[in-house]
Amino acid sequence: MASEVEKKAVFDIDSAKEVVQELRASFVAGKTKDYEWRRTQLKAMLKMMDENEPQIVAALRDDLSKPELESSIYEIAMLKNSCKLALKKMKHWMMPEKAKTSLATFPSSAEIVSEPLGVVLVISAWNYPFLLSLDPFIGAIAAGNAIVLKPSEISPATASLLAKLVANYMDSSCIKVVEGAVPETTALLEQKWDKIMYTGNGRIARIVMAAAAKHLTPVVLELGGKCPVIVDSGINLQVATRRIIAGKWGCNNGQACISPDYIITTKDYAVELVDSFKCELELFYGKNPLESKDLSRVVNSNHFARLLKLLDEDKVSSKIVYGGERDKSNLKIAPTILLDVPQDSLIMNEEIFGPLLPIITIDKVEDSFDLITSGAKPLAAYMFTNNKKLKEKFVEKVSAGGLVINDTTVHLAEPTLPFGGVGDSGMGAYHGKFSFDTFSHKKAVLYRSFAGDAPLRYPPYTDGKLGLLKALLGGSILGIIRALMGWSKA
Amino acid sequence: MEKSIAELRETFKTGGTKSISWRKSQLKALLQLINQNEDSIFKALDQDLGKSPVESYRDEVGVLKKSVTYTLSCLEKWVAPKKAEVPLLFFPAKAEVMPQPLGVVLIFSSWNFPFTLALDPLIGAISAGNTVLLKPSDLAPACMSFLVETIPKYLDNKAVKVLAGGADIGERLLQLKWDKIFFTGSPRVGRLVMAAAAKHLTPVTLELGGKSPAIVDTLSTTPSKAKVTAKRIVGGKWGPCTGQACIAIDYVLVEEKLASTLIELLKKTIKRFYGENIKSLKNISRIVNKHQFQRLVNLLKDPDVADSIVYGGSVDEEKLVIEPTILLDPPLDSEIMSEEIFGPLLPIITLKNVEESIDFINSKSNPLVIYAFTEDETFKKRILSETSSGTVTFNDSMVQFLCDSLPFGGVGQSGFGRYHGKYSFDTFSHEKSILHRGFYPEIEPRYPPWTDFKLLFLKLAYQFDYFGLILLLLGFKRS
Repeated sequence: MASEVEKKAVFDIDSAKEVVQELRASFVAGKTKDYEWRRTQLKAMLKMMDENEPQIVAALRDDLSKPELESSIYEIAMLKNSCKLALKKMKHWMMPEKAKTSLATFPSSAEIVSEPLGVVLVISAWNYPFLLSLDPFIGAIAAGNAIVLKPSEISPATASLLAKLVANYMDSSCIKVVEGAVPETTALLEQKWDKIMYTGNGRIARIVMAAAAKHLTPVVLELGGKCPVIVDSGINLQVATRRIIAGKWGCNNGQACISPDYIITTKDYAVELVDSFKCELELFYGKNPLESKDLSRVVNSNHFARLLKLLDEDKVSSKIVYGGERDKSNLKIAPTILLDVPQDSLIMNEEIFGPLLPIITIDKVEDSFDLITSGAKPLAAYMFTNNKKLKEKFVEKVSAGGLVINDTTVHLAEPTLPFGGVGDSGMGAYHGKFSFDTFSHKKAVLYRSFAGDAPLRYPPYTDGKLGLLKALLGGSILGIIRALMGWSKA
Repeated sequence: MEKSIAELRETFKTGGTKSISWRKSQLKALLQLINQNEDSIFKALDQDLGKSPVESYRDEVGVLKKSVTYTLSCLEKWVAPKKAEVPLLFFPAKAEVMPQPLGVVLIFSSWNFPFTLALDPLIGAISAGNTVLLKPSDLAPACMSFLVETIPKYLDNKAVKVLAGGADIGERLLQLKWDKIFFTGSPRVGRLVMAAAAKHLTPVTLELGGKSPAIVDTLSTTPSKAKVTAKRIVGGKWGPCTGQACIAIDYVLVEEKLASTLIELLKKTIKRFYGENIKSLKNISRIVNKHQFQRLVNLLKDPDVADSIVYGGSVDEEKLVIEPTILLDPPLDSEIMSEEIFGPLLPIITLKNVEESIDFINSKSNPLVIYAFTEDETFKKRILSETSSGTVTFNDSMVQFLCDSLPFGGVGQSGFGRYHGKYSFDTFSHEKSILHRGFYPEIEPRYPPWTDFKLLFLKLAYQFDYFGLILLLLGFKRS
């Protein structure tokens, strides 16, 4: 049963307030804390996906021309896995963790109890509109929170479908979807939330965090950046090329936060690399990639124009070594490779988020590290090499959300690895248990007894007490005995 | 100022602070600083806040020594990457999470525990390999001067800097780009810090405050337990900086029939600890400055509030001293019951039934700590599950601060983020995920052109349905 609020003509500040009030009342009543409620909601999510896969695939095709396989696997299958993991492990995650206590607080016992934060706001992105909306749900529900989801208006078919499905399958008194664009998002951001999770770009992230600051609301920001791929020689070039292609054009045609953005390789190796790309790209997408059904399109004309601006810049357009074709009416740009664009070009100074792949060449592979660290910290960084020392240097020197060696993007599927950014690529992390933790407050609990009340804690303060305190805080039993016996100096 | 920060950034870039030996040497130097300057530290704390050496040792010097020693003993373990499990499907692969320093961090500390709140975060920042700018509070000027003069004598000047100054310096610092900001202080300033951090997408930890209540349910147990309860309440209110502490007991909740027993016990304990009256007050800090003094005095100006005073109430403006004061049931809408008191005034709120404490506490914003003196296990469970706070401590006050294995931080209006022990290290680190893959074997269905076979393969793969995969590959499953 969709709430009346979403059916109103205008979703304004008052509507937003009402939504939060309703959810807060549900939270305070304890609905979402109940283990059974959490299980039911997660199971409902699974059922929702099982019973509506064709509709979800269709919506993604509408919004992004996303190939069925990408929708089925990268959005639906990944979500189902995530959901199943949460169902399996939730009870364990919910259990308090014992904490060690020291001599300073003897006798005592301590634990850390996970409790829900309350009412959380999830603002998701348009490129994986299903996954990025519902993956945070899993963590938020498992942790016992009430949720408002604001899906991106740039993927409207999926946003509507989400609104409909969530209303039909999940508990609307605790979980709601609010559709809309800037005005609706602004109205939501004015409210007081217990946590906000935002997936998107740095510009909006600043607005989200500034709004959160007014209420001291903690935030998780999953942003992006220019994810570099360093390609060394002496590797299995065919496999490396295929994995880069899969991570670039195979992921929503390069429109993914962890897609390889650009490549760095040595001047000597560049020609071989480009040839390998040409060969594999043709195998994957055929001679006329603009007609391949296995590539998403560019999401809308704004982004299409943005990408063409990057491509058609004077000093850049001459560097195209493969591709460059475009079809405006279908919003398609062919997989395009550029060689040695200037460092000050537009394409090297903003996150590309599209099917253009610049290759930058350097003299030695080691030079790539400085190149990467001179820019903003990306969400991911990749390196293909068999050289152990280089691997170690890469891991040590390159700061990014996550690193993968000899592959691209697959760390996203690894629930035991925290997924999040650092610096300009974001703050906070999720996936697996990290999702549960990110939507929980870890409350410290100390149990003390009445036995063993040390008078040295209390006034009157004397030198003897000072000596004893020093020994106690120093944690040495011998020190304490000495102090008690009056052998140590105060 | 900009030059200092540029230097911190340069130093970080050179990678010197990442080395474990650098971190250890800095921590050892900090320990030396504390050990060799104990008397000066006691003197500065006495000057700024009237703290006695025992209180200073217990709450500042001792805490810091313990923190550094603990960190030194655990550092190698914390810095080591943690292995993460990888499913068979990815074989051969290795996954790990490696902590890395964030870069250049800014620490704002508060005036009430001017050493602990400045140096404890510093310990975390250094142990995680960052360069640091520390901005101590100018409301504790002797302590601030001490830090400005002494830290450069012991620590690496190129990596750790201390800046003196007031709010204007703080504002200027907030305009610059940091890799992390750690702030201890009031919610009002916390909002400003976070808003400034938002411009650069800088992550923040905010250690704020709130009205930390003490629920008292142990007065009708044994006389000795009742006495210990009273001692711990008095120790938890006036012990730390005469109530000017984020984790001090703000107010007490007790059943009305036990209120007078509690008040009598508290009076006796106060007299024994601190003296009979304001003239003979000892073993207690003073109010930090005239502004705070006036604020506290104003809380008592409301006639209904003044009427509820059952002990104390005297003030000495010259010495900036307010004697331990107990109030019984001041009006719930008075300022003293809606603002964080942060001073030596203790309201006692009576309830018909002690279980009503839960609703009372929930009617206010989440505090940093909830103290509950009770032996009723059911009540303890209810408090844990029906209230929200940074920490809950049963049957004592303040000591949770000493527990390095418990995260120390708030929730809601009392802040977010946490530290102490390994949490300090974590709060100044980025946990970087790393996945190592081999070139073989290759999973062909990963690549286009897409076919139904590949779709089915991947579906089974994502479910980790290895058996199903084998069937598919052997031709026993149809796509």
